Amino acid sequence: MATETPKSVMIAPIFANNPIALQILGICSALAVTTNLNTALVMGIAVIFVTAFSNLFVSLIRHHIPSSIRIIVQMTIIASLVIVVDQVLKAFAYETSKQLSVFVGLIITNCIVMGRAEAYAMQNDPKMSFIDGIGNGLGYTVVLLAVGAIRELFGTGSLFGITILEPIKDGGWYATNGMMLLPPSAFFIIGLLIWALREWKPDQKEAPEFKITANTKAKEAM
Amino acid sequence: MSSQNDSVKQTIKVALLLCVICSVVVSGAAVIFKPMQLANKDLDRKSNILAAAGLLEEGKSVEELFKQITVKAIDLETGEYTDAVNVETYDPSKAARDPQMSSVLDGAEDIASIKRRERYALVYLVEKQGEVEKIILPVRGYGLWSTLYGFLALEADANTIAGLGFYQHAETPGLGGEVDNPNWKALWPGKKVYQGESEAPAIELVKGNVTESTPNAEYKVDSLSGATLTSRGVTNLLQYWLGQEGFGPFLAKFRSQGA
Repeated sequence: MATETPKSVMIAPIFANNPIALQILGICSALAVTTNLNTALVMGIAVIFVTAFSNLFVSLIRHHIPSSIRIIVQMTIIASLVIVVDQVLKAFAYETSKQLSVFVGLIITNCIVMGRAEAYAMQNDPKMSFIDGIGNGLGYTVVLLAVGAIRELFGTGSLFGITILEPIKDGGWYATNGMMLLPPSAFFIIGLLIWALREWKPDQKEAPEFKITANTKAKEAM
Repeated sequence: MSSQNDSVKQTIKVALLLCVICSVVVSGAAVIFKPMQLANKDLDRKSNILAAAGLLEEGKSVEELFKQITVKAIDLETGEYTDAVNVETYDPSKAARDPQMSSVLDGAEDIASIKRRERYALVYLVEKQGEVEKIILPVRGYGLWSTLYGFLALEADANTIAGLGFYQHAETPGLGGEVDNPNWKALWPGKKVYQGESEAPAIELVKGNVTESTPNAEYKVDSLSGATLTSRGVTNLLQYWLGQEGFGPFLAKFRSQGA
């Protein structure tokens, strides 16, 4: 990994190596907090903060962590950071923190944070780890915002709470799609996003695990 | 990683140090932000109370507007005001969980599925020149997925609804979650609770539009489309809290005065 520059470490996770779209990590919270852009953005910022600083701190003490308790050490650092974020949100963005409810706390279990601490920060210096944390947080945020924009626009006809498509219930013309506000819609949207991303960057396609055999002829089936 | 890192001594040292540092950080954050969080919570509750009564005004501070409201504690059994609890510090939701301060409801009377009811409740009165203008009551009850918490505002006759709003629930967004829809909430003001001399609340949610030609239209509100169980929950919680088990005795005093 001699060719790594701070810029590539920061940019790569956004599209080329996106934690949600390629590594399929952190899906749970991506379903829960993307009903509108506001919560998606705050959640994204919270995750950027936590991944960046957990990477930084883990990297700083990586030469002193006994390998037998390294996962526990990482979890403790992550959990402490998440609690701080949760407290800050409750103090400064009360409305949003009420909507995010338990999902801020669940950043602790977000595989992206843990994954980056274990896979990257344990082997790299603090500066690069910090940038890697920001990059991966950004990758997560980008997907969250994309999903949030689609869900909010088609689910309630607005973006960031500003009405774009006037819904019928407020006297407009747009029939809101209630399914967009329910978690399953995020599955479909993330699936479609992954599809689109892999069409754009074909190297992300995985080799099929098995091949479906060609269609059997009708007479053979009989 | 060097083998020196894996010694028992080093392991304990790292674990201990980490625990101490992290606990300092976490408790530090909790202590520093506590006052702001409490203030936020309080502000949120007050703005919900004001919103239910339709007193919330754009551009005016909630604290300022809340000054016109008097908080009083009442004994739900008798409907009398009480000094048994301090209105500044009393927390009805905590009391509802405390066996000393609440009573268990059995199935038949517990139509709102709240399981326990506190003995004392807080009511919020909007007073102008000593006259009560609006009565704001906390209500709660089970909908489809969650307990809905809200405030119901009544006019001084303790019969006409001035507004209804829920500040906490987890109903299906777009269906039951439409209890927050301003257009639906706008259906409430002007509706009546009690029919004639009856002590039992008549107000209910019904299917279909409620127009002037609907019989007893003033006791009926159009239910939420696609949210039968949430609507039923709202009817149940209103019937409960406005009935004899809830604020019925308290409201009866207002009605007899007014009549």
